[in-house]
Amino acid sequence: MSQLSVRHLLGIKDITEADIELIFQTADHFKEVLNRPIKKVPSLRDITIANVFFEDSTRTRLSFELAEKRLSADVINFSASGSSVKKGETLLDTVNNILAMKVDMIVMRHSSVGAPHFLSRHIKANIVNAGDGTHEHPTQALLDSFSIREKLGDLARKKVAIIGDILHSRVALSNIFALQKLGAEVMVCGPSTLIPRYIGELGVKVEHNVRKALEWCDVANVLRIQLERQQGKFFPSLREYTLYYGIDKKMLDSLNKEIVLMHPGPINRGVELSSDAADSGHSIILDQVENGVAVRMAVLYLLASAKG
Amino acid sequence: MQKRLIVPHALLRIMLQRLCHQLIEAHGDFSNTVLIGLQPRGKFLAHRLHKLLQEITGKNIPLGLLDTTFYRDDFRRRESPLAANATSIDFLVENKNVVLIDDVLFTGRSVRAALDAMIAFGRPAHVELLVLIDRRYQRDLPIEATYVGQRVNSLATQKVLVEWQSPESAEDAIWLISKTEEV
Repeated sequence: MSQLSVRHLLGIKDITEADIELIFQTADHFKEVLNRPIKKVPSLRDITIANVFFEDSTRTRLSFELAEKRLSADVINFSASGSSVKKGETLLDTVNNILAMKVDMIVMRHSSVGAPHFLSRHIKANIVNAGDGTHEHPTQALLDSFSIREKLGDLARKKVAIIGDILHSRVALSNIFALQKLGAEVMVCGPSTLIPRYIGELGVKVEHNVRKALEWCDVANVLRIQLERQQGKFFPSLREYTLYYGIDKKMLDSLNKEIVLMHPGPINRGVELSSDAADSGHSIILDQVENGVAVRMAVLYLLASAKG
Repeated sequence: MQKRLIVPHALLRIMLQRLCHQLIEAHGDFSNTVLIGLQPRGKFLAHRLHKLLQEITGKNIPLGLLDTTFYRDDFRRRESPLAANATSIDFLVENKNVVLIDDVLFTGRSVRAALDAMIAFGRPAHVELLVLIDRRYQRDLPIEATYVGQRVNSLATQKVLVEWQSPESAEDAIWLISKTEEV
């Protein structure tokens, strides 16, 4: 198979295991391209991509922009701050205006759940969801699974613990879908206030003790405490969170086993992860960032070749 | 479908020997020459020639494999997209003599893509093309091979199949395949 079953990447929930495998195989080839003296291929030279970010982003946006440029696409960037969105323009109007400038693909981040799904029903361009509210962040989950596959060879029957703020995390949900499709076992770990009540229905284990979670897992994906989304009081203080859920090198070393440590960034150093843990040999955090460009190139390339 | 044998096993073996000696004549001790096989089908020929050349010369000759999928000019124009293959070139072609190797030269479009793709590994001094079969009068682009196993007259609707010995096929041979109604 050399084609995706979808023409938008809205979420991991909508794609198949074969789609994920195809994205990974294509990303392997792009990773090789990124290690050449000239890190660029002409595949998308006739394509224009708009990066439409209604919410702040550093890593994802840079990674997408670099992936687009490495594929020779023309790129325009849009961020909601300093735009007509502030003057009251609707999402559909904003996007239709961008599309009127002959844009072929939209990479969008939006704070509302389902915003890219809504757009996909109204516009013809291919859409890549770069994060919609607390719902999905498919390319992050793909690059996380790709990085685990690179490190451990395979995801089947691997045990992955997602630790931290599960409630507000789109990374957690997309990761759960991706890992389960690839045959891994998933556990979520965090204070009960930050774990959605019905998450067990997705078939994941729930644990509230971080040490037990670390003892169980092969891979720990530690999530950021989303300070900007804590509207209620979910835990008494950051200090207390760190005390109960923070991970440091001493704790990792005391497990006496190989463990892969991941974080989607940005890290709150000294909160969910101590510096010595984040920079330790267990960590593949910078590999995740490197793989992000290759995986996003694969997604854009495969969507561009999708018919429909 | 009709399958006609155009190069039998024994002839193919002589052909490979001849191509090797032509390469040695032109490149001497291969001190500044690298071989690059074009994915997917040129890989088998490249490996075969590489092995023969090393046996004859006793030299260690660099061999790489180049995939041209991302450089093709028919991306988004084909009915079903092409799947990419691995590229493995662990040397730079800067100032080297490069011999590109493919099994069949047809429209010349893959070779054009390969020339583009190769530039990502440096600026070569000299580039040559070696093919087993040159399908005459079928070129879309002004591209010709430096070394040719055999020239073949064929229709655009026909297909040339180079079979290498493997679990699926008993021995090496080259076939011309036509749909029955066209013969």
